[in-house]
Amino acid sequence: MFPELGQFSLILALLLAGLLATVPLVGSLTGRDSLQAFARPLAAGQFVFVAVAFGILTHAFMVDDFSVAYVANNSNSMLPWYYKFSAVWGGHEGSLLLWMLILAGWTIAVAVFSRRLPATMVSQVLAVMGMVSVGFLLFLLVTSSPFERLIPNVPTDGADLNPLLQDFGLIVHPPMLYMGYVGFSVAFAFAIAALINGRLDAAWARWSRPWTTIAWAFLTLGIALGSWWAYYELGWGGWWFWDPVENASLLPWLAGTALVHSLAVTEKRGVFKSWTVLLAILTFSLSLLGAFLVRSGVLTSVHAFASDPERGRFLLGLLAFTIVASLALYAFRAPVVHSRVRYGSFSREVFLLLNNVLLMAAMLLVLVGTLYPLILDYLDMGRLSIGEPFYNLTFSPVAIAIGLLMGVGVFSRWKKTDPGWLGRHLLWPAAWSLVLATSVVLWFGGFEPWAFIGSFTAGWVAVTTLQDLWQKSASRKGRWHGMRKQSRSYFGMVLGHLGVAIAMIGVSVVANYGVERDVRMSPGDTASIGEFQFEFVAMGSRQGANFTAQTAQIDITRDGNRVSTVYPEKRRYNVQRSVMTEAGIDAGLFRDLFVAVGEKVDDKAWAIRLQYKPFIRWIWLGSLFMAIGGVLAVADRRYRIKDRKAAANVSSPVPDKPVSAGPAPEVSA
Amino acid sequence: MHPIRRKRLIIVLFLLCGLGLAIALTTYALRQNISLFYDPSQITGGEAPSDRRIRAGGMVEEGSVVRDPQSLKVSFRVTDYESSVTMEYVGILPDLFAEGQGVVATGTLTPGGVFVADQVLAKHDEQYMPPEVSESLERAAMRQKSQEAASPDASSSSY
Repeated sequence: MFPELGQFSLILALLLAGLLATVPLVGSLTGRDSLQAFARPLAAGQFVFVAVAFGILTHAFMVDDFSVAYVANNSNSMLPWYYKFSAVWGGHEGSLLLWMLILAGWTIAVAVFSRRLPATMVSQVLAVMGMVSVGFLLFLLVTSSPFERLIPNVPTDGADLNPLLQDFGLIVHPPMLYMGYVGFSVAFAFAIAALINGRLDAAWARWSRPWTTIAWAFLTLGIALGSWWAYYELGWGGWWFWDPVENASLLPWLAGTALVHSLAVTEKRGVFKSWTVLLAILTFSLSLLGAFLVRSGVLTSVHAFASDPERGRFLLGLLAFTIVASLALYAFRAPVVHSRVRYGSFSREVFLLLNNVLLMAAMLLVLVGTLYPLILDYLDMGRLSIGEPFYNLTFSPVAIAIGLLMGVGVFSRWKKTDPGWLGRHLLWPAAWSLVLATSVVLWFGGFEPWAFIGSFTAGWVAVTTLQDLWQKSASRKGRWHGMRKQSRSYFGMVLGHLGVAIAMIGVSVVANYGVERDVRMSPGDTASIGEFQFEFVAMGSRQGANFTAQTAQIDITRDGNRVSTVYPEKRRYNVQRSVMTEAGIDAGLFRDLFVAVGEKVDDKAWAIRLQYKPFIRWIWLGSLFMAIGGVLAVADRRYRIKDRKAAANVSSPVPDKPVSAGPAPEVSA
Repeated sequence: MHPIRRKRLIIVLFLLCGLGLAIALTTYALRQNISLFYDPSQITGGEAPSDRRIRAGGMVEEGSVVRDPQSLKVSFRVTDYESSVTMEYVGILPDLFAEGQGVVATGTLTPGGVFVADQVLAKHDEQYMPPEVSESLERAAMRQKSQEAASPDASSSSY
């Protein structure tokens, strides 16, 4: 009974989404307020019905209703309750429902937090979000309903959740990632709405900016969580595999990063408008491309769901329609007015333009590396794979260039910067970065060119960012006063850029100085990496809720002093009869020691992988900094103050100076 | 020239240079780092190059896995049920590696015809078979069928 209600609820949501996509739009084009007034209630109604459907599916998992095919395929009565909960999005259908729930959530968030926007803008933005919802709800209902029943042959128990996904990382990784992917639909909707009503100005950029930034922050966190999960759960200590599905998440991230910066220029200086709109369309299209790659079955990977050509065709159609329709609209409505704003060839505008060019170059490299093998395969020209060496050769130089440019860009001023002044300011950062890079190389003992270049760039980004903060916070009333005068969005930028520096140094160090050894060990054997000794003490076994595990005890010592004991496991999951490797990790800020058990090679001996991973945590720590930076930027009080002004005077250009601190009325946003 | 036009020209030139550089780098990197897939029949037929990294795969032959008693060296034969190739690998095999299962390995072919793998991938779960392997098995089966059709004596004599 319940699952049918879920299906019914989704159909109602589709009807409401269809109304949301049309009624407010018609109202805004004909100027009928009575029709525009439907936008918010429809958005709310859509959210309620999608949430009801999601709740019903969750309930089916919790009560082990194996008459529902999706539950039977992805759960088991022995599964702990928290994995039953996360199994809701452990397969294609449920994860799509989660995607839809988040889309409806973003839609209602726009409806709630847009009180101070002009009514036509709100109607059009919500209408575009409604169109996106129609696409995904149709996809959900036509090709991938999670509520299909297995009646009358109800299985007595479920096929269990893929053991790889039975993990905390998977409870949080997909929701975060989808928040990012789907969040870019808001930026897309704002861009399309601006194209429809032709009001592509600084005010539009200001409204769109916090949504874009917060979606970007979620995506950053989602990607970092995925990388962390792969590190400890896939069992072999890698943190990025250039797997096509990882690339599918990196593509919108790179485009989104460019968008966040380009929106800043459009908001502050009123230029790059057409480019920003194009970028917003591109970013969301890349999110859709990611969905297509993961769900169409063209890829085979941990993430790829069971292949079904119909789903692939539907998503490809949705992607093509989105791109064609929005580009057509863009061709007709992109601003023909030339902006009269001047800027020199050595200004912050130009540096941000270069940032966009480089980010686009990086995005294209990843796009080529991801799609090229698929296209060749499709044309039947052979099966080939493009792996890490390709990206090391092409992506790393671009990443370094972005980092070097970032340091210069932070110091540059809007409109015009004196090159001599800029040069003098960059001397000290250059010196400090050299010192840092040299000490990294000396500390780890061994000159690795990429480690040197990478840590130089990381140092460069960090020192320039901090120096800028130091200079900006100089005040006659003391440092603390100067700091307090800086805006939250400035601190957001500082944190974001420091995050890049932190992640960069992590990548440079772990990629060049990480040590990996595969050894054959029997209980009692000792192997060493550098100054660490690993003793294989014993092999035991234990019984988990739905698996049996063989657990190794490995004592780690350093020059005879005990460091830690880790218990890596080999788990055999009863239902799917599959084997999983659970790594034993001694984590630390400056190094991880990682032990994983491979196969049994004879009566007593096991294949064991030992790894020393210096600074690996910095990669995720840096990502966390970036995400917090994004949240801080959105919390800036100027959005709230200006929102109010914007409502009064929509198309007025934004003043260059940020609104100074004063008795600002706190308006909740 | 008008300063705005000059600035635009500079930007356009800059973009073109960047684009050109990116394309050059990409094609160079692609040429260096592509690894093509060959099945056992192609390798024994001498179609696979031995001077660069390739990928190869098939089903692991029953009873062909031999472990070195001292180290983690392992050798096994991979077949498409028509020809087979010996593979050598030092390290940890994936969890789902087993005799009679499909694998795909990356590595180089020695002049002696032994494939030295530096990476071995097995399927992800019970149902999944690497697409390269399933295609190569289909091709081999097709060839055998057409051979049988062409020379009925040969096929009947084998029974």
